[in-house]
Amino acid sequence: MSIKIENHKYDVLVVGAGGAGLNAAQVASQHVKTAVISEVYPTRSHTISAQGGIAAALGNLEPDNWHWHMFDTVKGSDYLCDQDSAEYMCRMAPEMIIALEHLGLPFNRTAEGKIAQRPFGGHTAEYGKRPVKRACYVADRTGHAMLQTLYEKSVAQGTEFYSEFYALELIKNGDAVVGVLALDLQNGGLHMFHAKAVIFATGGNCRIYETNSNAHINTGDGLALAMRAGFSWCDAESFQFHPTGVYTAGNLITEGVRGEGGILLNGKGERFMEKYAPTIKDLAPRDIVSRSMQKEILDGNGAGPDKDHILLKIDHIGKEAILEKLPGIHELSLVFAGVDCIKDPIPVVPTAHYQNGGIPTNYLGQVVTMKGGKEVDVPGFFAAGECAANSVHGANRLGTNSLLDLVVFGRTTGEQAAQYAKENGFTELPENAGSEGVALLNKFANGTGKNTFGPLYTKLTKTMQKNVGVFRTEELMTTARKDLIELESLIEDYTVADKSSVYNLDLVEALELNNMILVARAATEGALARKESRGGHYRDDYPDRDDKNFLKHTDITSNGKDIKVDYRAVRLKPLTVESFEPKARVY
Amino acid sequence: MGKKVTFEILRYDPDKDKSAFYQKYEVEIRRPGMLILEALNQIKWELDHTLTFRRSCREGVCGSDGLNVNGVNMLACMTKIEDISTSKIVLQPLPGMPVMRDLVVDVEDFFEKFITVKPYLIRSTPTGDKEIYQSEEDRKKLDGLYECILCGCCSSSCPSYWTDKQYLGPNAFLRAWRYISDTRDEGTDERLKILNDKHGVWRCHTIYNCVKACPKELNPTKAIVEIRKMLLDKQF
Repeated sequence: MSIKIENHKYDVLVVGAGGAGLNAAQVASQHVKTAVISEVYPTRSHTISAQGGIAAALGNLEPDNWHWHMFDTVKGSDYLCDQDSAEYMCRMAPEMIIALEHLGLPFNRTAEGKIAQRPFGGHTAEYGKRPVKRACYVADRTGHAMLQTLYEKSVAQGTEFYSEFYALELIKNGDAVVGVLALDLQNGGLHMFHAKAVIFATGGNCRIYETNSNAHINTGDGLALAMRAGFSWCDAESFQFHPTGVYTAGNLITEGVRGEGGILLNGKGERFMEKYAPTIKDLAPRDIVSRSMQKEILDGNGAGPDKDHILLKIDHIGKEAILEKLPGIHELSLVFAGVDCIKDPIPVVPTAHYQNGGIPTNYLGQVVTMKGGKEVDVPGFFAAGECAANSVHGANRLGTNSLLDLVVFGRTTGEQAAQYAKENGFTELPENAGSEGVALLNKFANGTGKNTFGPLYTKLTKTMQKNVGVFRTEELMTTARKDLIELESLIEDYTVADKSSVYNLDLVEALELNNMILVARAATEGALARKESRGGHYRDDYPDRDDKNFLKHTDITSNGKDIKVDYRAVRLKPLTVESFEPKARVY
Repeated sequence: MGKKVTFEILRYDPDKDKSAFYQKYEVEIRRPGMLILEALNQIKWELDHTLTFRRSCREGVCGSDGLNVNGVNMLACMTKIEDISTSKIVLQPLPGMPVMRDLVVDVEDFFEKFITVKPYLIRSTPTGDKEIYQSEEDRKKLDGLYECILCGCCSSSCPSYWTDKQYLGPNAFLRAWRYISDTRDEGTDERLKILNDKHGVWRCHTIYNCVKACPKELNPTKAIVEIRKMLLDKQF
């Protein structure tokens, strides 16, 4: 492996080309010289898989307003979200949707020609009274349409792209972030991107679970890089298990199926959500539906010969409605479940879908760190999208709030980073810039140990699935900790058999696995320390929410050896409105 | 142990191979409905760590894993092994695009051609602060056009695309037609100028390979014909 490093200089460098990264890039490119590096071609980022919609209180079909949306977001988060960020996002949502529509996003329409909207889990009118039509959508391909539209816009805007570049190290000088070292996957070359401002939009990490809805690339690389650079991971234990993953494969079946009238049935044919969420039933938030499903299965009420899944019935809305509004689901069900959902119910199980936490930021997407018990800004470092915790999702994200999060905080970080770059010069790269990334790369490229990707990855995902899943206990998670510590030593004895400089997937998978082990370890430590149940984090041994001791963010750091669990206050005060005080969460 | 299926995969590593060669692998079928991408992962993780290919979403929307299976372009993640009836399955990189290594092709030119047709809303009428209204009927005109996943299966199946290096290809035309068909767009004339070229829509020989190859069952040839009709209408 060559150690020659090619140098680049940009005002703003965006890492990641999903919805958040591209929106940040197209906005920043309007003001300053901006580049994006991405492990895959931009249109292959995971935003492409988002299906059901994007939330905004447009009120196109029935009365709605952003205050209700904000209430739903805060309640949905089980009061762990930062209310300044939640207000900012919900208030800005209608304007963002209009901006996307003006870029050409082909939203479905109402009879009047306005943007069509449909109900989604946890989104209600009048502070929880009834479901409301708030999700704007493009059939069941909303993310697909959005990602391509944003890509097209950013290219038109002059953003420079470095596609198939894999980030190896986040570079700091003192407190400031000054760049990123990356590997060109197409030829093995090393590149140093020196930037005035860096925006991380690196996505999620649910590949650490055996059953997940995520793309192969969602391995938590950004989080691992940030942690190695000394930054924290906020609410690391907070994952979303989406209720309707295809049985065994885990691929997502959008909540939009239930938004369009689909219902969940147990093995006895009962519509069991009526028991668990009498008011909004199948449209309860995801954490509640997933838990209810799992409980039905554990109580022996599952469907199929092994009573190990639930059925999602949609045939009653008719063939025409399915093919018009849910065509992608029809195709996915055929390929991954062998079921034609026009006639038969889809077998589903909860699937790891989303990390609710991330790199902590303020409501403008500026990364923050704790100093002397206070949040302080990190100069030159911003984060948006799934890798960031601004935090609008807290302990549970509402469906369709993720695409909204991407575009709102993508745009805001783009603006903030461009502004920062205009007001500040380049901070020099430190003398040893990139040496850690190069060392990591060489360690794997030249390794001659006995372990390889497959068995270690399987061990990782199995322990996370079994022990840090929908239902968690001290005992289970202690087992996971033990397995992960073992994995930390196994990966020290590792071989990358592929020695090619061109598109070396074996090497990338090794680096990703190394990141996933760190990420899984941090998640497990956070989950062990949070001795309460809140949102998607449910502990059988601590089944109640404990606001007295745990209405606070987990803040996890790593020194490369040990994981340190700390806490940070939740920002309960919104920007302009009254706080929503924590209440019991019933639907 | 499940039954085994023989895969023959075209291999090439510019770091060490003078020319490409086929390598055989015996893949175990571990579940009904097993997909070609699962076979590739099995080979990579258990049989030969050096095999390389692209993949990401593994559910047919990101367009990473288009490849050539027994002579036909398709997505590895959406193709069931049991649906291929031959005794062995031959995998090659997408044809007509430079091979970088194994099943990975150079798609830079493909993306550049896509961008050439100005695939974004062009509009001089002010948009105001509300959505631009569009009837349900007008919105339906975009169905069958916007769903393209940029996998390259269409362009790389097209003999005109193989022989004319400047030919924009079916993918770019489908996207151009998606914007021309959008009632909100005002860039038709700008785009038609680009498309009305010997390397543009006139190069298509209506071979229909693109239609057969498209894993999303879209119809680029129809888009090409519609653009030609529009060009002729404007001329006479």
